[in-house]
Amino acid sequence: MTEPVLEVADLRKTYGDLLAVDGVSFSVWPGGSLAIVGESGSGKTTVAKMIVGLERPTAGTIRACGRDRSSPARSTGERRRRGREVQIVFQDPYTSLDPRQTVERALDEVLRLHHGWDREQRRRRVLELGELVGLDARQIRALPRSLSGGQRQRVAIARALAAEPKVLILDESVASLDVSIQAQVLNLLADIRDETDISYVVISHDLAVVRQLTEETVVMWHGRIVERGPTPRVLDRPGHDYTKRLRASVPRPGWKPKRRNTAVSGARGE
Amino acid sequence: MIARAEPGVHLGRRSGLGILRATGPAGIGSAIVISAATFLAIFGRLLAPHDPNLGQLAYAYVGPLGGHPLGFDGQGRDVLSRLLAGAGTSMLGPLAVVVISIAVGTLLAVSAAWRRGAYDAVVSSGLDVLFAFPGILLAILAATVFGAGLLAAVLALSVAYTPYVARVLRGAALRERAQQYVAALEVQGASAISICLRHLIPNMLPLIVAQATILFGYAMVDLAAISFLGLGVQPPNADWGVMISENQSGVVQGYPLPALVAGICIVLVVVAFNVLGERLYEQAQPERV
Repeated sequence: MTEPVLEVADLRKTYGDLLAVDGVSFSVWPGGSLAIVGESGSGKTTVAKMIVGLERPTAGTIRACGRDRSSPARSTGERRRRGREVQIVFQDPYTSLDPRQTVERALDEVLRLHHGWDREQRRRRVLELGELVGLDARQIRALPRSLSGGQRQRVAIARALAAEPKVLILDESVASLDVSIQAQVLNLLADIRDETDISYVVISHDLAVVRQLTEETVVMWHGRIVERGPTPRVLDRPGHDYTKRLRASVPRPGWKPKRRNTAVSGARGE
Repeated sequence: MIARAEPGVHLGRRSGLGILRATGPAGIGSAIVISAATFLAIFGRLLAPHDPNLGQLAYAYVGPLGGHPLGFDGQGRDVLSRLLAGAGTSMLGPLAVVVISIAVGTLLAVSAAWRRGAYDAVVSSGLDVLFAFPGILLAILAATVFGAGLLAAVLALSVAYTPYVARVLRGAALRERAQQYVAALEVQGASAISICLRHLIPNMLPLIVAQATILFGYAMVDLAAISFLGLGVQPPNADWGVMISENQSGVVQGYPLPALVAGICIVLVVVAFNVLGERLYEQAQPERV
């Protein structure tokens, strides 16, 4: 337990002249949970894509489970092993599933990729995974188009967990869900972490999500980390100006919108 | 009401017949014409009442008689028999063109959409160059190189049609490539080939089928034109395009029937393929959510 399960050092990504990610470093410990917060365009999703290999870093190193993954995998075995180290759940539940594939077949495909199990073992595991994320047997046999956004996001989580990853990246994974569904999925994620030794990297601009799911937070702004520390400290006593502004932009109980008399009377008409 | 399925949970997927029904009466009518033409293409030669190549010059351009409902052509051959015997080559040629150009076009489109970057740029500009050559011109070129015949015409048209197929399908492949489930499978470690074969192409299939159907009609017209010019199917083999060509003089001499019935067959089948293709194309518009 002395080695981080995910270690990012001096990561940098440029697109032409644009510096998207600039010298980002952090570590995630086994069973730990780290938040990356920042506004859109701050580079947080680019960091996630580099970690899972969808983007190639311009410079810097990424290590997961003690193995380097800064450059593309050279073999099928290597690619699949990386899949068992780090998984990701994306933001959009609507395009994250193949519309032609039932939940069952989608999960089975992933299980076949990673584990040398027979049909019966895989079938049992599909049901277990469904149960873990709260999908019943009927939903397991359904096509994505007959599932709601929240149910689809559960499927995406189950698919990521099917690889039994050590690290799960949640890239705005609950941002597009209704508040009540969002709460359910957040509870689900918290429960999964209690039951397994999985680590989370939570990418979000929603500070409530961050507070519920993580112990450590890094704040990104214009591709750099501007503040880091324990989540409660960063959110309650922010040190950096940007974090203060981010925090101030969230409506709180007792928050009153400023009266704009002219606008209101204008809208009401004569 | 008996709630047999929980509301909002569909287990099935649209069947082929369901899709056909959704194309409406025009689509179904077209499908019937195409089925009939396909039947004749396979069995027409057996159904022909007379030898399609037996010429009796005494009967040249003689109108319908007993046992010869469509009369005789300029060489005194039974027109109905030639029509039935010609269905095979008239349908086989376009089929070959469609199969080749769809296969090559899909391969180019999917690989370009997958690799993107320099490879995509090379493929796309190569296709742009090919666009500059009309199919008929390529066919004349192919006929001079390989000799006139169905094979040369089919190869030429396949080359000419591939860019159209590839361009349309590349757009669809790019859209599909951008779906997050593809990224999710990449992160899982699935290989590019398995993602393309198991996910990308199956999701493009409705569009591919619609493309193939429309293309069949175009290929039939172009092949008939090439045969008419004498560069495609060679006489005395029966073929609808060849029949029009052979009986031009009949049109001039005031006896257009043999050329006309061959033309009607071509028009019927081509219109049927175009209508069905267009309807399928509308159905193929992706229904997300």
